[in-house]
Amino acid sequence: MADPMRIRANVVGDATEVKVLMNHEMETGQRKDAQGKTIPAWFIQNVTATHNGKTVLTAQWGPAVSKNPFLSFKFKGGAKGDKVQITWIDNKGDKRTDEATIA
Amino acid sequence: MNTGRRQMLKTGGGVTLLTLVAAAGWLKPGEALAADAWNKAAFEAKSMDETMKAMGGGAPAQSKDIVFFQTPDIAENGAVVPIGVTSSIPKTESIAILVEKNPNMLTAVFDIPAGTEPSLSTRVKMGQSSNVYAVVKADGKFYMASKEIKVTLGGCGG
Repeated sequence: MADPMRIRANVVGDATEVKVLMNHEMETGQRKDAQGKTIPAWFIQNVTATHNGKTVLTAQWGPAVSKNPFLSFKFKGGAKGDKVQITWIDNKGDKRTDEATIA
Repeated sequence: MNTGRRQMLKTGGGVTLLTLVAAAGWLKPGEALAADAWNKAAFEAKSMDETMKAMGGGAPAQSKDIVFFQTPDIAENGAVVPIGVTSSIPKTESIAILVEKNPNMLTAVFDIPAGTEPSLSTRVKMGQSSNVYAVVKADGKFYMASKEIKVTLGGCGG
């Protein structure tokens, strides 16, 4: 099981700013190990963010997104105390969902 | 507890739904469970033309309404290059980030539903100094902006 994400959601004006730091190797499939064997690719492919059950952002990622990916975005609406949920799925089918409360 | 029966219901239901979905042609068999919405062709494309084709568009038009923010001119560490993109084109539907000299150009695609601001930032890997493109799809049309980022590996600074 992958490590939890760090999610911060703050109200800024009439929008909510969400910052997410995920824990993931994001292995590209281009690197080789000490024996010269290619390290297989392992990266997050799909990211979904929801606010009160409504999707506010979806993303498709390739292996060129940095290790332990960072993502920041804003959506309109959202009040203090609302929940923001982030889900990612990687190319091995592993999955993680974390939730944060808007502050 | 009658776990056998539960399990049976679960598996049975799952198979039926998947078969239906596959039969309807929404999903190609084999890819069904791996990633539900991952544009493999676009992420494996090696040139701008191929990538755009896989995303369903032609050559994007240059636009001054796409702005990079929090994006360095010189990145000391190619493994972590912050990229921020804002689009002020009305009806922005998606923002894609492409790095020209990476093995596969397409790095990330973000779909922006109504109500979400067409402005986001993330961090990408860059193998070497290269142009970075932001391709915006708005109202069915494609627009782009580019920025050159120099990568100085070794941490000597610019």
